[in-house]
Amino acid sequence: MTQAVNPEELAERFIGLEQHEATHDRLVWGMRQNRDKSVAGVPEWEHLRELASQIKEHTLTHLDHYLEQFEQNATKLGTHVHWALDAEEHNSIVYSILRDHGVKSLIKSKSMLQEECAMTPYLQRRGIDVTESDLGERIQQLSKEPPSHIVVPAIHKLRSDVAELFARNLGTDPGNSDPHYLTEAMRQNARPRFMSADAGMTGANFAVAETGGFVVCTNEGNADIGACVPPLHIASIGIEKLIPRARDLGVFIRMLSRSALGSPITQYTSHFHGPRSGGELHVILVDNIRSDRLGSADFWHALKCIRCGACMNTCPVYRRGGGLSYGATYSGPIGVILDPGFNLDKYRELPFHSSLCGSCSEVCPVKIDIADQIYKWRRVVAGNGMLRLTKQVGMSALGAALAHPTLYRGGEAVAQTALSHTPRFLLYNPFNPWGKHREMPTAPGHTFRTWYLKNRRTNELT
Amino acid sequence: MNSRERILASVRKNLPRPAVPLPALSEPNGKRVVSALGYKEHFTNLPEVQHSPEDTELLSSFQKQLEAMGGRWFTVADAASVRAKVSELFPDARVVCSAVPEVPGTRRVERISDPHELDDVDVGVVRSPLAVAEAGAVWLTQSELVVNALGVLAQHLIVLLDPSVVVATLHDAYEQIGLGASPYGLFMAGPSATGDIEGVIIHGAQGARSLTVLIVPPQANGEGVA
Amino acid sequence: MISSEQPKPAELRRQRDQGRRIGLFIPCYIDAFFPVVGIATLELLERLGCSVEYPLQQTCCGQPMANSGCQEDSAATEALFVNCFKGFGTIVGPSGSCVHHIRCHFDAIEQTPETKKVRAGARELVEFLHDDLKVEAFPWAAFPHKVGLHNSCSAVRGLGHARPSERIIEPYFSKTRDLLQKVPGVELIEIDRPDECCGFGGSFCVTDEAVSAKMAYDKVHDFHRHGVEYIASADMSCLMNMKGVIDRLKLPLKVIHIAQILNGGPL
Repeated sequence: MTQAVNPEELAERFIGLEQHEATHDRLVWGMRQNRDKSVAGVPEWEHLRELASQIKEHTLTHLDHYLEQFEQNATKLGTHVHWALDAEEHNSIVYSILRDHGVKSLIKSKSMLQEECAMTPYLQRRGIDVTESDLGERIQQLSKEPPSHIVVPAIHKLRSDVAELFARNLGTDPGNSDPHYLTEAMRQNARPRFMSADAGMTGANFAVAETGGFVVCTNEGNADIGACVPPLHIASIGIEKLIPRARDLGVFIRMLSRSALGSPITQYTSHFHGPRSGGELHVILVDNIRSDRLGSADFWHALKCIRCGACMNTCPVYRRGGGLSYGATYSGPIGVILDPGFNLDKYRELPFHSSLCGSCSEVCPVKIDIADQIYKWRRVVAGNGMLRLTKQVGMSALGAALAHPTLYRGGEAVAQTALSHTPRFLLYNPFNPWGKHREMPTAPGHTFRTWYLKNRRTNELT
Repeated sequence: MNSRERILASVRKNLPRPAVPLPALSEPNGKRVVSALGYKEHFTNLPEVQHSPEDTELLSSFQKQLEAMGGRWFTVADAASVRAKVSELFPDARVVCSAVPEVPGTRRVERISDPHELDDVDVGVVRSPLAVAEAGAVWLTQSELVVNALGVLAQHLIVLLDPSVVVATLHDAYEQIGLGASPYGLFMAGPSATGDIEGVIIHGAQGARSLTVLIVPPQANGEGVA
Repeated sequence: MISSEQPKPAELRRQRDQGRRIGLFIPCYIDAFFPVVGIATLELLERLGCSVEYPLQQTCCGQPMANSGCQEDSAATEALFVNCFKGFGTIVGPSGSCVHHIRCHFDAIEQTPETKKVRAGARELVEFLHDDLKVEAFPWAAFPHKVGLHNSCSAVRGLGHARPSERIIEPYFSKTRDLLQKVPGVELIEIDRPDECCGFGGSFCVTDEAVSAKMAYDKVHDFHRHGVEYIASADMSCLMNMKGVIDRLKLPLKVIHIAQILNGGPL
């Protein structure tokens, strides 16, 4: 049995870092507010959400057709198309392409899929030098941590953390935490790596079946440097990224950055159709349980995700506990519904790392029923006997008491007596989590029922 | 069965039913958005949003949005004015790599075969065939860039734009750009940017430090391309 | 003051058979810890001319177990609920989260016609007053205080009490606000994050305690910062959560259920 990730404990640790948590919550809520502001300027927004959802559902319910169409059209353009059943095969395909081309150093832009496949350590173990080019990803790479947010991977760090990290790794001034200074230092450090890289790798936000091309959205332009400078470009694309036609991109590109950051488009929206002049292009279509998830009536809608991050921006649990508390590639609400599909055992606590407020479902541009799926994953966890023992026992006891009116009323009486008579030092003990930050409710001395019997009973029907 | 066959077989076996038809991309009734300038009111009050549905406002909407994305623009009259503006904005530029007849530059991109040769470019000059008002973005392909890396390796980028090629939304843009005709196509909205360190927006993260759009229709050269 | 004269048993039986009696559902934690909310709800419905009966054997709607994914443990409680309320065409309860559970989940038991009828007949107090009774005035009530309105997540996103802030593009509306504004003296105060979750979330508040407490702290400070005196809500569970934090921090804030304001007490 795998060691289960304990998001509550990890979240508690982050909350203990007061300045980190306060800054994180403020910045990420700010992204939600920016999303609101930009959506307010698009009166047809709810119509677009419905279109985006339907286009994705159409594509997924015809996925075999669109995958074949994409492969056909991509191949016509001179793109090499590979298929990987799982993470291991993806990594091995990447390695064999790199090895065949004598690649020693690789520069890559952000790809959640490559993160999911643990590609970087795989390649590094085989002697390939891998550099993350996205600033946030590079910060995380240097920290030896996974990304904490899909769009801004290092948002949980303070500028002082980055200053200290760069001082150790890039030789910058540890006393200078000005983000302009630090970003410039990264620019100067990254440029020679781009120039000397033998290959560039990207992910893809969308793969267009009609044209055989794919789209990568960044704000830094790092994907473009990696794709346009080295002679070899490899893109990893999850099979769920397919969309039917070029014109469908209008819907998604209009929604992606507004949902993520509140700007109408990312600074760079790059479309790749076949190799650049003098270059070679490889695309790896990856399954890695996506086709299995497709077959799940409760959970296949999660495949509509366009990786905007709006759900994590709005999630009150994510903002307080931080993205690293999920212990997985995907964090936030989308992580809660994706990760247990990869490893139910390891991620069995994630569905409970949510107050079920439902805000995520409301901001999702493709109308994934995220909150409903979180609820359903809880049933899967409980149904597989994977609930934490205390909770399992507690729920059974509660269920039994609440099913029997006499037991329930007895329990109420006990609770009221305990509340009124237990001394404070006993009541607020380590086994009383409520009491850690909250006062217990006071015992009113009677219940509604007893009041009703006294004040209305004479009119009660038998 | 190889992986391709296995994946397709697994997909076919798992296709959710009933199948969902492809929706028509209809435009809902109401105003089209070409400029989304946001709002300042509280949640309970209706937002005050500025829309610019008129075609005559496409250029001004594009200009406003370009600025919001961190870019800047100038209107210039002719090729000589373009050259003057470039010198005025970047007096210390040593390497000016141009793809346009209006600006000879110190290096012609048509002569470059290897993108690595563009590492030292201070200013790149290209012309965009189409801009999108709602996004403040210009469209550039391998045809305009010649060497794709010019768009991201130049320290500063200047983009010439005919004012009559501005369309309202990305829907309009995708109808017109003939996606797939070029191996590379880019919507560039402002300079390179990042907010990865405490959400502070920095321009010039990896790509161009600045994006300047010079609004001028294509001009006959005047000075002769070397 | 409208006196609530109780009809005779035979009359009550006839009313119930004709479907004009309301079954009063009082959530378990209100019964146990906040009976004044139940009293206020009952009195208010009676003042408005409703014939209300409280089935004595009721306990709970089953939400605590169901929300933990424990369908089996929830089944008997849900069955008991159906049994208690099967005779009523309309069931009213002062809790958004419970009514949301009844209408939208409540599937640990077989969905017999009886179960479906009970589920469809469940109404939360605010929506009952606003949509069904269309109450225009509460002449017996006055509440001259600065009030911060808290719509629970189940109420906003589950039952449609108000426009959620995420749907910024849709016109603003709020049923709770409409009702409160009919009470003389109520001054409604806006806060920075009007519909961010308060952190209760059922058993979440004890299993994910650090996150839940931080959410509650932030919520309470948002109200406090804006000079609110009373936090009002249609959900006592949220108020219980916030009250716990308020009392620990000794902040000058009070919590009150909307039924207590609309009924003019008890406090």
